[in-house]
Amino acid sequence: MNKMIYLDNAATTPVSEAVLDEMLPFFRQTYGNPAAVYTFASEARKAVDRARQQAAELIGANSEEIYFTGGGSESDNWALIATAQAYAEKGKHIITSKIEHHAVLHTCEFLEKQGYEVTYLDVDEDGKISLEALKAAIRPDTILISIMMANNEIGTIEPIAEIGKIAREHSVLFHTDAVQAYGHIPISVDDMNIDMLSASGHKLNGPKGIGIMYIRKGVKIRSFIHGGAQERNRRAGTLNVPGIVGFGKAAEIARETMEERSRREIEVRDHLIARILDEIPHVRLNGHKTDRLPNNANFCFRFIEGESMLILLDQLGIYASSGSACTSGALNPSHVLLAIGLPHEIAHGSLRITLSEETTMEEIDFVVDELKKIIKRLRDMSPLYEDFARAQKDTE
Amino acid sequence: MYSEKVMDHFNNPRNVGEIENASGVGTVGNAKCGDIMRMYFDIDEQGVIRDVKFKTFGCGAAVATSSMATELVKGKTVQEALKVTNKAVMEALDGLPPVKVHCSLLAEEAIHAALWDYAQKNNIVIEGLEKPVSDIAEKEEEEEY
Repeated sequence: MNKMIYLDNAATTPVSEAVLDEMLPFFRQTYGNPAAVYTFASEARKAVDRARQQAAELIGANSEEIYFTGGGSESDNWALIATAQAYAEKGKHIITSKIEHHAVLHTCEFLEKQGYEVTYLDVDEDGKISLEALKAAIRPDTILISIMMANNEIGTIEPIAEIGKIAREHSVLFHTDAVQAYGHIPISVDDMNIDMLSASGHKLNGPKGIGIMYIRKGVKIRSFIHGGAQERNRRAGTLNVPGIVGFGKAAEIARETMEERSRREIEVRDHLIARILDEIPHVRLNGHKTDRLPNNANFCFRFIEGESMLILLDQLGIYASSGSACTSGALNPSHVLLAIGLPHEIAHGSLRITLSEETTMEEIDFVVDELKKIIKRLRDMSPLYEDFARAQKDTE
Repeated sequence: MYSEKVMDHFNNPRNVGEIENASGVGTVGNAKCGDIMRMYFDIDEQGVIRDVKFKTFGCGAAVATSSMATELVKGKTVQEALKVTNKAVMEALDGLPPVKVHCSLLAEEAIHAALWDYAQKNNIVIEGLEKPVSDIAEKEEEEEY
């Protein structure tokens, strides 16, 4: 077997060495609780302050607008639920999209049960929301628009600045789930009129279990986790100092390397996309051609099912993922692929490949070469392909 | 996630293919749940299943259960084939994860569908064979509510 080729960087990434080095002293040497008064704790406090600054700089925010959380899902839950509670008197209407992460969608469903109304915007075949539809959905009782910055499955980048502008013009708060975008594409909370933003450490070579929520000064949402006075009374719980330090370092590195890294990833990604579209018949690229995350490629191979493809890739040491939720035990294909208008049988045959800056052209060439064999093998045993081939023969 | 036997039948599926002018062909499942199985039976005048082929669109378990089901019915009489249940398929594969049990039901149903087609073509009644449900997923979904 060849060495492992990890192509699931949208799922998670390894902690980089520089990040780990930064974190390690805070486990055993500088372990003081930053909330303590004595001098021993002040070093941890300083490290947290620095990390907050690093996290803020990546999105052009002030450090006092950054709150550390337990991850992207917590941040999404917090943004939606706390906004709903804080602004209930103004209204109980929320606008989101059909392709959000479940951390947003399931929270919206929870809020619906609490008496809130949610509009789920459609997306077009590339996965973009319509700004006109967004404007039309805004009502006097709309309190929040929550649209993800970039989709985790198909990589499409939403028109965030335009959405922010519309939200601002209508005096509606705007939250964006930027878990996939933070550290990967340029973000400016001011230029984009973002009021709240969720991000997660482990998507940018930081540790798992640490995230941030950016909350613009003046947005009056309350605490979600109750307890101590940490995070200026907005997020209780002893600070995860090693995680926070790791997050900060990862954000700093991401900011410094973004330009060069994206350039590399886009080059490899476009090579991958070009080869697959050229060399494998009956395939579709999912997501927007150009407005997409630098490291994301997502395809549907007709007549085959995703899990079979993943197992065969796995046996070659190639780790990718499929939108086909069959892999996670559910039988329904991805809600994102259905939302962009794909029929079930095509949505089942999806493959998501998410690169890192270390992914090489040689690795991608190997993956495509193997994938061609895998697709052929699975199609040869597919009754759907048999029907298709027969129908084609009949029309000849 | 899968037993060694499941992986073996997924990696080296037995009896993949088609049979021209088959005695019976059955297709079950639907694309919505992501599994479609088709079985071809070649049945001789004594009612013995001489040859079996299958094609499957689906996950690893779907491929493995189809493959195992063809092995279990090959060389059997129609009546014996009718007794090959989803449990028999699962046991022969050393079990399936709970979420994949429906694949074995689909394999059983595919056997029934091919036998049903054979009975229809030859205008005979196979005792104990009920008209198969082509869409097993719908049946399961209904049961959930």
